[in-house]
Amino acid sequence: MDGKKLVKMANEIAAFFAAEPDRRAALEGVASHVKRFWEPRMRRELFVCFDAGGDGMSPVLLETLAAHRATLEPAKK
Amino acid sequence: MRGLANREPGPRQTMYSNKVIDHGTPARTAPATVSLQIDGVTVTVPVGTSVMRAAVEAGRKVPKLCATDSLEAFGSCRLCLVEIEGRRGYPASCTTPCEPGMKVKTQSKKLADLRRGVMELYISDHPLDCLTCPANGNCELQDMAGVVGLREVRYGYEGENHLVQAKDASNPYFTFDATKCIVCSRCVRACEEVQGTFALTVQGRGFDSKIASGPTNFLDSECVSCGACVQACPTATLMEKSIAEQGQPDRVVDTTCAYCGVGCSFRAEMKGNDVVRMVPHKDGKANHGHSCVKGRFAWGYATHPDRVKKPMIRSKITDPWREVTWDEAIAYAASEIRRIQGKYGVASVGGITSSRCTNEETYLVQKLVRAAFGNNNVDTCARVCHSPTGYGLKTTLGESAGTQDFDSVDDTDCVIVIGANPTDAHPVFASRMKRRLRGDTSRPGAGLIVIDPRRIDLVRTPHVEADFHLQLQPGTNVAVLNALAHVVVTEGLAKDDYVRERCDLGDFAKWKAFIALPKNSPEALEKVTGVPAASIRGAARLYATAKNGAIYYGLGVTEHSQGSTTVMGIANLAMVTGNIGRPGVGVNPLRGQNNVQGSCDMGSFPHELPGYRHVSDPAVRALFGTAWGVPIQDEPGLRIPNMFDAAIDGSFKALYVQGEDIAQSDPDTRHVQHALESLECLIVQDIFVNETAKYAHVFLPGSSFLEKDGTFTNAERRINRVRKVMPPLAGLGDWEATMALAKALGYPMHYDHPSQIMDEIARLTPTFTGVSYEKLDRLGSIQWPCNDKAPEGTPVMHEQEFVRGKGKFVITDYVATPERTSQRFPLILTTGRILSQYNVGAQTRRTQNTAWHAADVLEIHPHDAEQRGIQDGDAVSVVSRKGDTTLRAVLSERMQPGVVYTTFHHPESGANVVTTENSDWATNCPEYKVTAVQVVAHAKKSEWQREFDDFADRQESLLPKGALKGEAR
Repeated sequence: MDGKKLVKMANEIAAFFAAEPDRRAALEGVASHVKRFWEPRMRRELFVCFDAGGDGMSPVLLETLAAHRATLEPAKK
Repeated sequence: MRGLANREPGPRQTMYSNKVIDHGTPARTAPATVSLQIDGVTVTVPVGTSVMRAAVEAGRKVPKLCATDSLEAFGSCRLCLVEIEGRRGYPASCTTPCEPGMKVKTQSKKLADLRRGVMELYISDHPLDCLTCPANGNCELQDMAGVVGLREVRYGYEGENHLVQAKDASNPYFTFDATKCIVCSRCVRACEEVQGTFALTVQGRGFDSKIASGPTNFLDSECVSCGACVQACPTATLMEKSIAEQGQPDRVVDTTCAYCGVGCSFRAEMKGNDVVRMVPHKDGKANHGHSCVKGRFAWGYATHPDRVKKPMIRSKITDPWREVTWDEAIAYAASEIRRIQGKYGVASVGGITSSRCTNEETYLVQKLVRAAFGNNNVDTCARVCHSPTGYGLKTTLGESAGTQDFDSVDDTDCVIVIGANPTDAHPVFASRMKRRLRGDTSRPGAGLIVIDPRRIDLVRTPHVEADFHLQLQPGTNVAVLNALAHVVVTEGLAKDDYVRERCDLGDFAKWKAFIALPKNSPEALEKVTGVPAASIRGAARLYATAKNGAIYYGLGVTEHSQGSTTVMGIANLAMVTGNIGRPGVGVNPLRGQNNVQGSCDMGSFPHELPGYRHVSDPAVRALFGTAWGVPIQDEPGLRIPNMFDAAIDGSFKALYVQGEDIAQSDPDTRHVQHALESLECLIVQDIFVNETAKYAHVFLPGSSFLEKDGTFTNAERRINRVRKVMPPLAGLGDWEATMALAKALGYPMHYDHPSQIMDEIARLTPTFTGVSYEKLDRLGSIQWPCNDKAPEGTPVMHEQEFVRGKGKFVITDYVATPERTSQRFPLILTTGRILSQYNVGAQTRRTQNTAWHAADVLEIHPHDAEQRGIQDGDAVSVVSRKGDTTLRAVLSERMQPGVVYTTFHHPESGANVVTTENSDWATNCPEYKVTAVQVVAHAKKSEWQREFDDFADRQESLLPKGALKGEAR
């Protein structure tokens, strides 16, 4: 999957939840959304980008992926 | 307009009779009643009912010509005279309201003489060609001549008359023959009252009076060809060409239109297996006897020569197609699916359900994917239209559907139309809305706020004018909604009691603090939206202070990078003003395709099983797993745009597409083409070789809505029956083809009739528990939820409480779309639809609707055109960051300068070559409505268009000779 496009999509999700004043709730919002709507290979690729330095990822997205990696990362193929 | 008494008893397929009971004047709904005697029979009717209608209730029919129960009484024909005890003269029964204790006589020697005299005058100026007249067998004038016992015309036929006049055959579907006109004005009144277009008038007076459709003819007039005038005409003056050519029908089957999300009920009038006419059903609860040019007339595509009748296969898309048997095609498709899954994994295949097919067919395709493919890679065209509606309304209110029925608009006092163009895209509902906006003698019209970058027709149309047209910059819906809500909250217009009782107060407090921020004020946002703050304030006050305020919206809301945010902003606004949970209010998504609501309900989304239940819920998985005998995957599958990306990436290799043309309808065409070319097996099931089929390896011929039983669910959650009127042209209904594929994959499904599929849906889906074909036949239609709590369905949702319990206010921060104008791309392109064409046009382009729209054009403001040296009618190139295409320019002031507009009804236009991959953050619904472009005068086709022509020619040459004509280009 096109990592750059996935980062763009994930940043847009993060931008929506960033308006939530409670930071923890905002991160949970992003994580829950990605978990509920993203097919595993998309989430897997997102973490590839994250592990490669998270280039272009917004702060909210970076925090989310760090805090919720266990639930978001799909089981290895 | 209820017309329950009109329903014919017994089975819905009856021998044809043109004697549908006509009560003469519309039903009245006043709770108070009056009793009177008609020919000695006592009858009790609502106050305001005419004597003519009461007579029908009493089993008496008063002769009539100018009256019909779809129109208010007019009292011009003088045939419906009656005698009323204690009154002088002979009043017209149509215009005389019933009064308590009235004693009416419908027949006497004197009345008979008067009526015969009237008929004698009519017939003295009417052609006596009854035997060869197309209305023969269905002519009210002929009937009345018989009823009054007309035996001679003493005046002779030689005097001055109207018998020599040219017939107007300009409309493709009906003729206007003035020689047969009795100037009853039913057509004029139907155009006004029912359709609301006011295209027809009575010109002249007395003997000179005649019906006029404009300065020249019907086609060049304001007429929108809805058919209301043809329906109302009591003679052969306005007559369908199909009837003139084929004669009167011999049987009739009740069914549902397969065009837009209004879901009009129709009577398919048949001769053998041929449709001769589609007539809107008076008892249809979505349309109440009205229709539009598509449903009423544009059904010829169903038997067009381009229909594919035999399955075809090929191993590469550069190979010629080979016609094969169903067995061979299905076996090949199944073996390819299994081969690919063996090589690339279980998740390397998927399916797309069709919003044009029935609920039952859609349910089967998602079941096939989840149970036989063994993954959740199923999606539907709602992905590219109303997926944000599903997400936004589920989040805020608790259910992924509109809150009202269409009738609700009669009770509204203020309408907001945002990002929708109902007169073009949902015309039958638009007529209903316009009627409420015009008002009547009892009530002034409802207020109207239009939020749209274009000046759509509704902004100013005969007897309707918007109080506010908020002509915003494309892409700023959220900012406008926030500004409206800001005014409501900061000016003390919020319905605090409603919010306290019905909504989650923690969420509300957070939202209120957010929305009251100065950055959300109309003044602060004026620069972003382009809408004057004073207009926003005025509109907010109008909506918030109306007794009942209703919001209607369409794809101009959803097809944006903030589509889901906008839907939630709409729900916030409705909740804070207390406008959800009763008739006249609500949040009303105008769904696009006939069964897009249904396809979503049926579990077509990759994350949801039928009834909008997430695949991560173990109880739901257990329910379906047990019923289907296979485990259900607990992770969401790929959505359509994700499928494309995964195909290009090499991890997605086979796709089964039923009744959906992704190659034309989805954005960023080159990207889609690349994805389709990357597949090893593309199975397309469609009635035509559509654009997607040109990339296919297996073609399964589909069946039209006339060829199968099933149900469609319209925008108001109304489940309507679709009935088979002819056998499938290719031998199998779509549901049968899906079953064959499932069987070949080793997962046999056992249904003898679609009703059994609905029974399974009802067993497994709490909102459908009470739905069955038996009940649908009995009630005509059902709005889900239909279960023990609501055995006859639910016209208005969230009445006592929200489906999710407490309504949830969601913070909707405005985030600008990533698509920005620049020096290179200074204009914004927005896309939409027009009345005569439907979606990708595969159906309507194969009808005479092309008389109105033979090609897509680019609407451009004269100012922008002048700057670029563009004249009306010039070929222009529309260039975006993604691609370019060449269209004809039409100068129009419907857009503000800086915004251009086109449609995507014709594949060679390539509107989606230009659109981008930007999409709604929550659902990936593409942002069709905002693309930065440049427009330059350019006479040549674009490179893509030349490639398109070559590819289309090559693909046509690969089709079996004589099997079909191929795409008409």
